[in-house]
Amino acid sequence: MAYATAHHEEHHHEHDEEIKVMGFWIFLVTDCILFGALFATYAVLVNHTAGGLTGKEFFEVPGFVSETFILLTSSFTSGLAVLSMHKGKIKPLIGWLIVTLLLGVCFVGLEIHEFQTMVHEGATISTSAFFTAFYTLVSTHGLHVSVGIIWMISITIQLKRYGITSVTKRKVTIISLYWHFLDAVWIFLYTVVYLMGVM
Amino acid sequence: MLDKLKDFSSHFFVTGEPMIYGADVAILLTLAGIIFVLTYLKKWKWLWREWLTTVDHKKIGIMYMLSSLLMLFRGGVDALLMRMQLAFPQWHFLDSNHYNEIFTTHGTIMILFMAMPLMFAFFNIVVPLQIGARDVAYPFLNAVSFWLFFFGAMLFNLSFVIGGSPDAGWLSYPPLSGMQFSPGPGQDFYIWGIQISGIGSLASGINFIMTILKMRAPGMKLMHMPLFTWSVLASCIIIIFAFPVLTVTLALLFIDRFFDGHLFTMTGGGNPMMYINLIWMWGHPEVYIVVLPAFGIFSEIVATFSQKKIFGYKSMVFSMMIISVLSYFTWVHHFFTMGAGANVNVFFAITTMAIGIPTGVKVFNWLFTMFRGRIQMTQPMLWTIAFIPCFVVGGATGVMLSAAPADYQYHNSYFLVAHFHQVLIGGVVFGFFAGLYYWWPKMFGFKLNDRLGKWAFWTWNIGFYVCFMPQYALGFMGMTRRIYTYDFDMGWGPLNVISTVGAFFMGIGFIFQAWQILHGIKYGERDVTGDPWNGRTLEWSIPSPPPHYNFAVIPTVTGQDAWWTIKEERKKKKAKETAAFSPIHMPKNSGIPFIMSIFWFIAGFGLTFHWVWVAIFGLTGVGACLLARSFQYNSDYYIPVDEIQHTEDSVGRVG
Repeated sequence: MAYATAHHEEHHHEHDEEIKVMGFWIFLVTDCILFGALFATYAVLVNHTAGGLTGKEFFEVPGFVSETFILLTSSFTSGLAVLSMHKGKIKPLIGWLIVTLLLGVCFVGLEIHEFQTMVHEGATISTSAFFTAFYTLVSTHGLHVSVGIIWMISITIQLKRYGITSVTKRKVTIISLYWHFLDAVWIFLYTVVYLMGVM
Repeated sequence: MLDKLKDFSSHFFVTGEPMIYGADVAILLTLAGIIFVLTYLKKWKWLWREWLTTVDHKKIGIMYMLSSLLMLFRGGVDALLMRMQLAFPQWHFLDSNHYNEIFTTHGTIMILFMAMPLMFAFFNIVVPLQIGARDVAYPFLNAVSFWLFFFGAMLFNLSFVIGGSPDAGWLSYPPLSGMQFSPGPGQDFYIWGIQISGIGSLASGINFIMTILKMRAPGMKLMHMPLFTWSVLASCIIIIFAFPVLTVTLALLFIDRFFDGHLFTMTGGGNPMMYINLIWMWGHPEVYIVVLPAFGIFSEIVATFSQKKIFGYKSMVFSMMIISVLSYFTWVHHFFTMGAGANVNVFFAITTMAIGIPTGVKVFNWLFTMFRGRIQMTQPMLWTIAFIPCFVVGGATGVMLSAAPADYQYHNSYFLVAHFHQVLIGGVVFGFFAGLYYWWPKMFGFKLNDRLGKWAFWTWNIGFYVCFMPQYALGFMGMTRRIYTYDFDMGWGPLNVISTVGAFFMGIGFIFQAWQILHGIKYGERDVTGDPWNGRTLEWSIPSPPPHYNFAVIPTVTGQDAWWTIKEERKKKKAKETAAFSPIHMPKNSGIPFIMSIFWFIAGFGLTFHWVWVAIFGLTGVGACLLARSFQYNSDYYIPVDEIQHTEDSVGRVG
């Protein structure tokens, strides 16, 4: 009987974890739609600058290029974390997660700095429809990254406490999915907002 | 200091309306009454343990149902107030501002806080039972969804007595809903009430997709699933594509209001028409989100009470899937007069008409199922039969509206009002009533009285036609929606009186139903078999109400109408199968969904009044709850075999 229960438990847990990862994929679909709607809004309003101030006058190439490199690197390091997890190595797993979240913090810091400079130079969220759409779209992504950072800290603590189990494995898998997804969204932001903005 | 306080409270609380003072008193008395009864009967612990912290999908479903019936009452009172105001020309029962508030809350409540939760009630109560599952895919998330809906609805309703109701229409078009024309908190109540409950709806969509795809009993292939489950899947697919758009739309409106943005205000280069596009990209699919499950309910009922297998199962599934895709390509028909140009209008006119085809297929399938069936005229069947002509007329007027050139004439007229009430009441409300009567014995273990049910049925139906048929004519006579009074010389008086009488008939129908429920609790015919209708699907194979683990032994499915097949086989073999129980894995109750939703409520309230610190406090609380959950590791347990044996024995089942 005891054996049967234990066997049951193992089976159930694996099934549960698998379902949770799949559900997260569907969540990502909904998040895609959310960003899609914001991108559409931005595309409609990109030329609605009212007073004439455009992104071109404010977007600084070194700023957003370094943001891009930092975020892409963090996606790579989160991948390394997952690889270490599959090898069952807890220390490099935690290490790479910390590197990832530090890069995330750098990214958010740079973004806040970018916003501050822009506001300082007179481009606020209420300057024109274009800037409202710009701040909304970019900061929604930034907010996602910030939530991801807190989430990743919480998972890192749990890994320290419980080691690699089927539950923590699933959690790391999900956060890395989330992180890669944000990276993909950023690539679109980089192209549609910044590159097309300065060209 | 005292003056300041007085000044604050006269703005904070809604004042100057005798009806609202009455409501204030009623709310306080009800609250006091509830608190007194709970304390007197020492039921606080019971309330917390059995309901507020529950993750049982059946209990969550019942809570959804009760709150949505409450909202049906509130939305219904709104409707009657409106019809009172419009009954006579130059009538001054309500002032114009109050009238605006009432039509706004009526629309919002009926769609988002009545139809949606009633739909989720059926999702919760029926889907796991139909597919032979013990729970939904994410029980905890399911509780979160419910409490988010509940507190979102409460936040919205609070606007009635605190701060003032929204008055910019049920979809809150800017610039009317912008800061310039709606400076009060009413509009923010609207935004956050819907936003919070909308997050819950989105989570439910994900939850039920996964439940249906991953939790089915062994042997149940997709094409073996009951049609109601199929309709839920179709509806959830629309939810996950439509609701994020709503989230974005409401957030953008809030950004315009709170941060002084210019997305929808012309002055900063914004585009109000963009809001209308965005909101209808959610809003039109929303119609199919609520009507598809109703179609699923009709399919179950028609098959059961014609005592036949459903006609054209595959075409039913196919048509639902087509509707769920097409629903996304029709939104522009809400504003053919926008000036989008002929080509755009033609595209959306054709897609709108095209959606009538799969819908027609379904209607014929129901009719063919009844053809040569042994029809039993039970209450669920009555509502199903009443639905068919009603929906056919509603569909026909819909096709009339979808002809873009003609729409320039009907646009925003009472013809439109009559049309959408006909499809929403005839399709959704009748469908959900049919479902309530059908699954009531499963939920509570007793049937509702037939005689009272027939009274309710006839008053509702007669009332419906008396109320809405005149409105088609009024539309042609030039009466537009959202007007609060009209002159004698328009000639609209007589038809408006008739329409108001019809509305009150429906109100009487609702009273009959409330009576029916109270009567049923006391005298209702008990159901000891678990299968009072001689049903065909798995939910009828277990006792009613079902034990909290649903199935003592998970059934193995071999085809459609799984329970029917099992019954047929049992008749042949005449032997009872014995199966050994094994321990059942179940999730533990949790208070986090409830507490987290209270924090959402606090955050929403703070954002409504633009009290930033309250909002930050609320959102921090939400984050803390999420972290607390993340650190929770022992969130499930096993029910031992003895307990299962005991429960099954007590409901008269031998294992």
